[in-house]
Amino acid sequence: MTSPFRSYPGMVGGLLLLIVGVAALFGPWLAPYDPQQFHPQVRLQGPSAAHWLGTDQFGRDILSRLLHGAPSTVFFGIGATLLGVAAGTIIGVIAGVAGRWVDSVIMRIIDGFLAVPDLLFTLLIVTILGGGMGHAMLAVAVAFTPGMARIARSAVLSIRTREYVLAAVARGESSVYIVGREVMPNAMGPIIVEATIRVSFAIMIGATLGFLGLGAQPPSTEWGLMVAEARQFMFRNPWMVVVPGIAIALAAMGFNLFGDALRDSLDVRRSH
Amino acid sequence: MTLSYLIRRLGAVLLVLVIVTFAVFAVTMILPGNAAVMILGEYGSPDQVAALERQLGLDRPWYTQYFAWVAGMLQGDLGTSLRLGMPVSKVVGDALWNSAVLAVTALVGVTIIAIPLGILAAVRRGTASDLGIGVLAYVGTAMPEFVTATVLLVLLAGPATGLFPAGGYVAPWESMSGYWAHVALPAITLGLVMTAHISRQVRSEMSDVLSSDYIRAARLKGLHERRVIRRHALPNSMAPAVAVISLDVGYLLGGIIVVEEIFAWPGLGRTLIYALENRDLPVIQAVTLVLAMVYALTNLISDIVIALLDPRVRYD
Repeated sequence: MTSPFRSYPGMVGGLLLLIVGVAALFGPWLAPYDPQQFHPQVRLQGPSAAHWLGTDQFGRDILSRLLHGAPSTVFFGIGATLLGVAAGTIIGVIAGVAGRWVDSVIMRIIDGFLAVPDLLFTLLIVTILGGGMGHAMLAVAVAFTPGMARIARSAVLSIRTREYVLAAVARGESSVYIVGREVMPNAMGPIIVEATIRVSFAIMIGATLGFLGLGAQPPSTEWGLMVAEARQFMFRNPWMVVVPGIAIALAAMGFNLFGDALRDSLDVRRSH
Repeated sequence: MTLSYLIRRLGAVLLVLVIVTFAVFAVTMILPGNAAVMILGEYGSPDQVAALERQLGLDRPWYTQYFAWVAGMLQGDLGTSLRLGMPVSKVVGDALWNSAVLAVTALVGVTIIAIPLGILAAVRRGTASDLGIGVLAYVGTAMPEFVTATVLLVLLAGPATGLFPAGGYVAPWESMSGYWAHVALPAITLGLVMTAHISRQVRSEMSDVLSSDYIRAARLKGLHERRVIRRHALPNSMAPAVAVISLDVGYLLGGIIVVEEIFAWPGLGRTLIYALENRDLPVIQAVTLVLAMVYALTNLISDIVIALLDPRVRYD
């Protein structure tokens, strides 16, 4: 394995992730103003020395709102992906290891779920659970589960017949040992790559749910919600929609580029 | 392509659709508050709710309800919208038609633009145009539809420029210029992500093919470069392009939900958002099923096209 930072996509992606990471971890402390504080004299302004990214309809500082919204936006993506990857990997490994009819039944059900587009699936689940950040995260995780299960299964299948696995079987190792120590470590590559790329989708879906009013709720400064609230004023101050929009795109692009670089350095092909 | 392959694929699609009907039905059974509660509102007395449940058949066991629902569907009866009071088949049918106009426009536009872009990037590998197309592709995949749509609106539909209307729908058979004006922004929004995917896929496939031995042989025997690309490289790199286009129909079907909502396009997506907001169960079920069905059929068609394009595809 070569370092993913050696390629241009890896470098750019890594840099973007660094910026996004700093914003997500330290954003609230870096913000120059209180994100909810009104400054009535300077409403709907473009960038200035006092307000680097301009102000919204109440004169709130857009940079401060952006920095305060970073944790909820980014950790939403990471959290939803981790949940989905965990659930999907467990199902996929069970299908791949068990084989025969268990595999067939699980895979047919998964095919059925994969026939529903991700966003539609997420919207349906959010409707069942009701809106809000936690429910939205759960919904994205559930929507990711079938796709991740499929990838985990194909990773397991490609490992299962390798000599070192057959050797462990021949040695009489327990199936828990074989799955945990022989199969899983070698099947993790494709799963990690797919998970990294999916964080970018999760961030985008999360922001879309916020935008539709089904995710984060006011007065949150989640970035999708910021775009939604700014839409009324978009012709008077375009900065209000463009700034959070670009922030979402940069965060998504960081995970996407880095995932691609990771794939090249781990040398796995996307398998679906 | 053999007949048995076709039949097997068709069987698989049918199985998927059956599972989807189960999933959709299960989802709506889990929804808190059933149709009777929704019609009567929060203030209906328990007696009224029970009476209406009996009338609507909601007191029957779930499997009876499921089969009644499926049987109705097979006869084209999707039920009645709880909010609009119209047959669901009418509501969804009109919306489907409008969505198809948008989706087909976007898809045709993307195919015309993305495939040549991918070829260009592969042929000019490592040059500025390759880099530019690559950057465009990364930006395209990272922009959620609502961001692209809003940015396009600010740039092109604002009072400053006013080049395009901010939303609405005109059918192509009513006014061609009106149709183009209204379809342009939503179609570009939907197309950006797909252009990114497809051009990247075509580029990587085309690069593989261009470094293969038979392309070297074609060049060595003195063929013109144009002919090498058109007759030798292009046909062999099209099958993966078809595969990614059909995958992208999945994105398209998700994307129209948001894009139609933003541009006030009266299609399936807008209908779905309305139904979700109003908990209009029969409409939610029907739209979900229609979208899943379109996706499943697209995958079937693309499998057949790929098998026709590439005889090496295994038939099992």
